[in-house]
Amino acid sequence: MTDGLAVEDLSVGLPPGADRPLALSQVSLHVRPGEVLCLVGESGSGKSMLASAVLRLLPPGVGVTGGRVLLAGQDLLPLPEADMRRIRGAQIGMVFQDASTALNPLHRVGDQVAEPFRTHTGLSRAAVRARVLDLLDQVGLPDPAGAARAYPHQLSGGQRQRVGIAAALALEPGVLIADEPTTALDVTTQAQVLALLRGLQRRRGTALLFITHDFGVVAEIADRVAVLQRGVVVEQGAAADVLNRPAHPYTRALIAAIPPLAPAPPRPVSADAVLSTAGLTKTYGARRWGGRKAVRALDGVSITLPRGATLGVVGESGSGKSTLARVLLRLLPPDAGTVRLDGADLLRLPARAAAKRIGMVFQDPYASLNPRRRVGELVAQGPMVHGMARGPAMARARELLALVALDPSAADRFPHEFSGGQRQRIALARALALEPAVLVADEPVSALDVSVQAQVLALLAGLRDRLGLSMVFVTHDLRVAGRICDRVAVMHRGRVVEEGTAEAVFLHPQHEYTRALLAAVPGRGWTPPALAPSLVAEPLVS
Amino acid sequence: MPLLLLALRRLALRLPTLGLILVGLFLLLQLAPGDTVDAMLAQMGGGDPALADRLRSFYGLDATVPVQLGRYLWRLVRLDLGQSAIYGKPVLDVILERLPATLLLTLSSLGLAVAGGMALGVLAARRADGWPDTAISLLGLLFYATPSFWLGLMGIVVFAVKLAWLPAGGLQEVGTGLAGWAAVLDIAWHLVLPTATLSLIFMAIYLRVMRASMLEVLGLDFVRAARAKGVTEGRVLVRHVLRNALLPVVTLVGLQGATLLGGSVVVESVFSLPGLGRLAYESVVQRDLNMLLGIVFASTLLVILVNLAVDLVYARLDPRIAR
Amino acid sequence: MRGWAARIGLGLTVLVLLMALSAGWLFPRDPLGLAGRPLQWPGDNARFWLGTDNSGRDIAAQIFHGARVSLLIGASATAIALVIGTGIGALAGYYGGWVDDVLMRVTEAFQTLPNFLLLLVLVAVFGSDIRTVTVAIGLVSWPASARLTRAEFLTLRNRDFVAGCRTLGMGDAAIMLREILPNALPPLIVYASVVMAGAILLESALAFLGLSDPNIASWGNLIGRGRGVLRTQWFVSAIPGAAILLTVLAVSLLGQGVNDALNPRLRRPRA
Repeated sequence: MTDGLAVEDLSVGLPPGADRPLALSQVSLHVRPGEVLCLVGESGSGKSMLASAVLRLLPPGVGVTGGRVLLAGQDLLPLPEADMRRIRGAQIGMVFQDASTALNPLHRVGDQVAEPFRTHTGLSRAAVRARVLDLLDQVGLPDPAGAARAYPHQLSGGQRQRVGIAAALALEPGVLIADEPTTALDVTTQAQVLALLRGLQRRRGTALLFITHDFGVVAEIADRVAVLQRGVVVEQGAAADVLNRPAHPYTRALIAAIPPLAPAPPRPVSADAVLSTAGLTKTYGARRWGGRKAVRALDGVSITLPRGATLGVVGESGSGKSTLARVLLRLLPPDAGTVRLDGADLLRLPARAAAKRIGMVFQDPYASLNPRRRVGELVAQGPMVHGMARGPAMARARELLALVALDPSAADRFPHEFSGGQRQRIALARALALEPAVLVADEPVSALDVSVQAQVLALLAGLRDRLGLSMVFVTHDLRVAGRICDRVAVMHRGRVVEEGTAEAVFLHPQHEYTRALLAAVPGRGWTPPALAPSLVAEPLVS
Repeated sequence: MPLLLLALRRLALRLPTLGLILVGLFLLLQLAPGDTVDAMLAQMGGGDPALADRLRSFYGLDATVPVQLGRYLWRLVRLDLGQSAIYGKPVLDVILERLPATLLLTLSSLGLAVAGGMALGVLAARRADGWPDTAISLLGLLFYATPSFWLGLMGIVVFAVKLAWLPAGGLQEVGTGLAGWAAVLDIAWHLVLPTATLSLIFMAIYLRVMRASMLEVLGLDFVRAARAKGVTEGRVLVRHVLRNALLPVVTLVGLQGATLLGGSVVVESVFSLPGLGRLAYESVVQRDLNMLLGIVFASTLLVILVNLAVDLVYARLDPRIAR
Repeated sequence: MRGWAARIGLGLTVLVLLMALSAGWLFPRDPLGLAGRPLQWPGDNARFWLGTDNSGRDIAAQIFHGARVSLLIGASATAIALVIGTGIGALAGYYGGWVDDVLMRVTEAFQTLPNFLLLLVLVAVFGSDIRTVTVAIGLVSWPASARLTRAEFLTLRNRDFVAGCRTLGMGDAAIMLREILPNALPPLIVYASVVMAGAILLESALAFLGLSDPNIASWGNLIGRGRGVLRTQWFVSAIPGAAILLTVLAVSLLGQGVNDALNPRLRRPRA
């Protein structure tokens, strides 16, 4: 038990005023050489804090209050700083979540990969350069010399993350800590980076501590799993055991909340279309002189939404799905094409009339509500703008809040008093206030923890059935799409490459991009066991 | 080459601003009671209206405003800034005579302010909230709040009058006919107080921005990443933090170039330096409007050049800009 | 540095306010009227706490009345600058496109020209009356707040909560005034202290050069007058300068205190 990385009874204290006194409480885990241990937790669980604690790079005000961190048997915590510095980068490597902020924007990529060599070894410049090129090749960058000369902003997100991995593995450390390294990446890129990490780790026999919140990723690469809840490890064991036979109630709740990668049972949908678009086109950046290339965000997009149905618009970043949502909501004028809603030309309607027909729920629950207004006013705003008197409007607001399973007394409070999931409910109530025919939701659950996601999705599904809502549901997450969508349109580079019933798209994908997308979803081979979802209460943010 | 292209492009973007300023000021000056001819007549001790009319038609001041504006802009393009009513010489000549003093003063002040501000800002940020930080920030605040002319006057009182270390004004010792290195040293000696006065205010500003910028960069992810690679703290500071932290300061220098030039008006007046600033003041008092316009033109050109230099420095520091 | 700085700022501001308010009561006679023998040192004569200037005027009276002048001019010029700057910045930031281009060119023009020079030109054209000087200072100080407002409006305009209002059918003016502006105000309020500090310094510099209104008891006027006797009776220039220093310090510290209060730097570590 003394090789690799071992954490024994580690406790890390937070400064006074934080939501709990200890970020980590008596955490013990062990990553052996050649093994991948996935540390899973939701936001606020303390998982990133563990990575910082191991490297002794905790932020000011946060300190270790007990326990040991053993690297190949040696306790790292009491080491003098100079010795610890020699270990960082050389014996423990770290890959960060967001490679675009983890790389210095002013330095060339090659210099940043060379940095561990320059810091820890006395190799000549030529020798270092050769190693750097070799590393960049190993992480799958097509033009190592070109990449080495480039600056971070000239590479794509996936390429930057590969650079981060190269720098972390430069000196062939025995232990690698990866803190959510694929969370900021597209699904297809994520699949490639995961494969890369797994391959490199296997070849070198590195011990990999992989921190994530996504159980799909866990299913994809983990040998062992540790589940972290508010600073405490509640369950730990072999991946197959934890994923298929979870013991602790928290783990069971988390796994129960994961939507399987399969279409929901089909519902009867009406034949007539409430919303349809034809030939929507939108190009960005065409008029700037001086070398900025034009980007075709939408290229002849035509979709149909049957009345009472939910159409999922699925794609990666840059596919144009968010642009489509904004065009439908009239926030962006298209260059060409039409949108018909209930027979009327939606783009030509006056603003007030259009507002009554189509409503929106957006992704970021923290930015979509004006922090200076009370919740009741926010929900009542729509009717009031359209002439309803304040009294009836506020009454209606309270009704709507009850409809989205919030206490009507929430009307007197401010947005910052609510959690992310509750804010999305408020946004939903606000959108429904004008009784729109169509609801456009742009990644409404992407910023939420998986347990909260399940609740909001259930709410949406329930409302849809009760009110007969027609919905356009934009998302990048195929599992979520399968859960709630009747029909699915797959977008790639501004075009709809495939459209059909959810069942058809998931089970018999026609277009090769759709197939690639489905193949890239992490953990697709794993079906979460059917557990009764226990209700995990959402904590009110204090 | 890409830098040169960038410079030319930025210059081209700034020219309309120059035009806007000149047209705006010209029109503004039309609202002034009394014009150049009035000032000339006042100098000559009075004159009859017929003489005034002849002078006006001689100088083209009797044409309509749009025509005058057109002629004025055409003359400017050929760098003909007109005649000074007071000095009786072409405005351009007078400005060129006074330019060196102002350039010396403003450039050395800028240099001192930037160097001092950077150094002190880094020092304050290294031990943020420690006593060096508090002392430096306090000093910075004091200098920021001090009126520059008062600081100059008090400087004269302490260093020139009481201690007699430094001269109280002027650019050179009058009548000693120094030459070569001795002259240079003499000028430098005379510039110590004025430079210190003008630069301290801006040093305080750059200090504060540098400190804030350093603290912000220190919290960014790539600094953490560098530390995770085992890079020593000193190298992290110099290689990673410093260059990134400099960017807002460089921007600020560009934005404040004009203010620095404006500050020279007062400092030159306090220390009796023969520069453009004092010339501007005299033009206002003596109602030499041609001269005033000429100075505005020259100052605007200077500010544009400074901004251009700043743009180039920024582009050199930040590779994301050259796109 | 944070806590006690704001309190000192508040204390100094209150002090200056008191001076301004009590001036008429403590020194009822015209501060610019002859009061006694010229150039008496502070403490020489019990009647003149801070001595007299070259013309025999009571320095203490001028200091107290000068507080009124500084605060009034400072506040009015700041108000003018902020109204213009906020208006221009809001329109430029919200509408973007050619509106933004045109307005930013104008702003850039004002910022390329040294503001003190422009002030000189305005004074040369329109005279040195106190009202003219105040408006001129306001006209010279608005660009920075325009840029600040524009930056705020640009960011806030693209926020989802504004998009939400647009889909609800709200009009532009309503969105700008009732949704965006309240969120953009905090940094502006803090910036107001910077503008006010600058306005006070500008007015005093102008007065020092003799280009401001000679009929009001401005601190800058006094410093200018004391220049002639700098070598011997340096207190005539030193005292009003110290008053300016303290007032600008007060306003700056107060602004910093407001800033710290509105943006508590919650350094909550990521868990």
